[in-house]
Amino acid sequence: MIDILCETKDLKITFPHRLGDFTAVHSLDLQVRRGEIVGLIGESGAGKSTVGNAIMGLLSHPGQVSGGRIELGGENLVDLSDAAMARLRGRRIGMIFQDPMTSLNPLMTVGGQLTESIALLQDVGVAQARQMAIERLDGVGIPDPARRMDQYPHEFSGGMRQRVVIALAMAGDPDLLIADEPTTALDVSVQKQVLDLIKSICVERSLGVILVTHDMGVIAETADRVYVMRHGALVETGPTAQVIQTPSQRYTKELIAAIPSIERREERFRNPAKKTGEIDQWLLQGHKDEGSGDYVTASALTKDFATKKKSFWGKAGTFRAVDIPGLNIKRGEVLGLVGESGSGKSTLGRMMTGLIPPSSGEVTYGDHGPLTDVRSRTARKALRRDVQVVFQDPYSSLNSRMRVDQILAEPIRFHGLADHHDIPRLVGALLERVGLAAEAGRKFPHQFSGGQRQRICIARALSVRPRFLLCDEPTSALDVSIQADMLALLMELRRSLGLTMLFVSHDLAVVRQMSDRVAVMKQGEIVECREAEALYDAPENSYTRMLLDTAPRATRH
Amino acid sequence: MYFLLARLFQATVVMLCVALVGFLVFQFVGDPVLSLVGQETTVEDREALRESLGLNDPILVQYARYVMNAVQGDFGISYSFNRDVSEMIADRLPATVELVLLSGVFSLLLAIPAGIYTGIRRKGGIAQTIMTISIIGVSIPSFLLGILLILVFSVWLNWLPSFGRGDLATVFGLRSSLFTWNGLSHALMPAAVLCLFQLGVILRLIRAEMLEVLRTDYIRFAWARGLPGKRVYFGHALKNTLVPVVTAVGLQLSSLFAFSIITELVFQWPGMGSLLLHAIGQSDIPLLAAYLIFVGLVFTISNLIVDGVYVLIDPRIRHGAL
Repeated sequence: MIDILCETKDLKITFPHRLGDFTAVHSLDLQVRRGEIVGLIGESGAGKSTVGNAIMGLLSHPGQVSGGRIELGGENLVDLSDAAMARLRGRRIGMIFQDPMTSLNPLMTVGGQLTESIALLQDVGVAQARQMAIERLDGVGIPDPARRMDQYPHEFSGGMRQRVVIALAMAGDPDLLIADEPTTALDVSVQKQVLDLIKSICVERSLGVILVTHDMGVIAETADRVYVMRHGALVETGPTAQVIQTPSQRYTKELIAAIPSIERREERFRNPAKKTGEIDQWLLQGHKDEGSGDYVTASALTKDFATKKKSFWGKAGTFRAVDIPGLNIKRGEVLGLVGESGSGKSTLGRMMTGLIPPSSGEVTYGDHGPLTDVRSRTARKALRRDVQVVFQDPYSSLNSRMRVDQILAEPIRFHGLADHHDIPRLVGALLERVGLAAEAGRKFPHQFSGGQRQRICIARALSVRPRFLLCDEPTSALDVSIQADMLALLMELRRSLGLTMLFVSHDLAVVRQMSDRVAVMKQGEIVECREAEALYDAPENSYTRMLLDTAPRATRH
Repeated sequence: MYFLLARLFQATVVMLCVALVGFLVFQFVGDPVLSLVGQETTVEDREALRESLGLNDPILVQYARYVMNAVQGDFGISYSFNRDVSEMIADRLPATVELVLLSGVFSLLLAIPAGIYTGIRRKGGIAQTIMTISIIGVSIPSFLLGILLILVFSVWLNWLPSFGRGDLATVFGLRSSLFTWNGLSHALMPAAVLCLFQLGVILRLIRAEMLEVLRTDYIRFAWARGLPGKRVYFGHALKNTLVPVVTAVGLQLSSLFAFSIITELVFQWPGMGSLLLHAIGQSDIPLLAAYLIFVGLVFTISNLIVDGVYVLIDPRIRHGAL
């Protein structure tokens, strides 16, 4: 087996702790050949990044390799001294991190960092290193490299920065490249370009690549073989197509089944089983039969943000983040809003819920009239009770100093929706309604996992008996298997309670599962807005088509 | 450039406000005419004096005149010394500058390497010792430390003089006591007292920032690129810790200029601090007002310098990205 570049044998990684050691990786056997991309997939806590860090010799304190071998070209890396390991980094093994926004030193020019790496790793003078740096930047597809050398990282877009990071990781011409979630922070269209770049480098230089990711779509598009990890152990391995199409293990099957499809709307989301908790009676209280018609209508809506002044006496410019002629959401409808980062989708969502005021135009609610007329304190209070939001990050959207029952009781009390002595019972019932135990109320937010927290956020939004829910990327911070449960819960609640929803996401597959209608945004404008199935099956706009084409699919193979 | 111009403009506004406060002190503390003339002066004479002093002018005109005078360095005559206030400040300022420079340079020379070291080797014995010393430095009151130093080095060991400023010498047109052995020996103890507190604060800040920066992705990536430790710590990490450190150093040094009162008192150092103490004791309004403006000026200038350094350190400020 001469072509095996890197191999782990019975690798075990532990984090010692005074309450007992935590084993992050148990007896992992992994092989990487030259010119091959090996995918390492798993959900959060699977230990997949730990493997990459261990090969790199950069385990975070106090982690250590407690058993097994890591072989690179026949040499056991575990036995190497720190100094010897440091000599391998950059020269034999390169690494790319997840977030290109934070992996470059913000105070140093891109060219400075690349020249520094090349001068050191290739052992050449600074002038020659600079020349090579320009060639390398050109090689990773950065236009006008000589000029961009002297720019700082903040002057590059996310995709361009990740290209710089790749050039840096390749500066010492390593044999093995470890890419840890290299495209997670990027838009789909950029993601494809970066993955293509990694693929082409892999082939050209017969490089071994370990691609660590949580995204089965990325693996399906890129990897030759895949290792599925769970709780630090290997679940299954094999050629990518085989593992995805005919998984042999139950966990792999569940993992693949949990991925929302971009090809069709699944029955579990289209027609979720209706559930009724004892609290539904209370949640539906005071809701008259509103019939059909629009719940919310936006007309000629724009939002301008001030940009930096160019000179001392100059006037501040404006950047138009949103500019739409009109948008409406019918009662009981789920409108999906998709777009890449910076497309203005979140801004539009926030304007539709009255969280930020529009620069011009009007938002009108069926029950409350135009937003500009909702002036009085009582009218505003009534509107805010009807309109609720579930945010993206369940970690920062709950007050960490409040107990969960306090978090849920506060809005009920503020809006005077129940008698004081009824509130504890209602809070318990709300928690049960979103799939948590009633006792969860006695704990603090940090004692819950991301998925459980998002359930608490949903319960908090429900606690004021809303009619309209804005879900702003509610599942992007969650694992795939949890994401599916969360989407199912939202759809079931929507059906049982007759909620109207605006579902904002960058994930086209998720939006397809959730939405009755979909609006696609690009640079502040809606380029296409139609019934969801029709839009996905036959996109009319070229941008929509491009988005759908570049989205990675786990099931294409 | 725009950033610095804006800061310069803001600094001017701040100084005008400080001058307003200084000006108002005069307005509220008694009638200057009353303190100038005796009982027998007639109402007409008083009125004539009032007119000639410009006290009947509208308040804005008086304020403008005050600012114009202040800009030219004219803060009036001290009540208690009967001398030009600006002259008195010019007399005292060099002594304080000496102390500030000496203690500032020493605290930076010690704090930067010690802060980096304790940030990198958090758990080592040397780092723990440095941290313990720094907490003593921050928490011990300066008068106590000053008296202890005098007891040890002047009374017991008789190595250093216990009070006053030493002999002066002129080098390159600068007249300072730091250029003679005698002067230096006088300045050593007060500077050490001022230095120890600075040292503790700056060292702890650098260490905290270092710990923060070493956890960032670009430092992990720098290791992954195979850069040697020296490059990572000094080339990448240190510069990223500097922005908050420069802010703190700027504020610290300015407060030394203005408020090293206790240390100057303990060592009978003829600097700005003892001048302020005297002015308060004698209710010397012109001196107090001038001192107020001086303190405002020191803080404003040091903040301007700090802003300028920001621009040098962080390109994102230069490009208006932050």
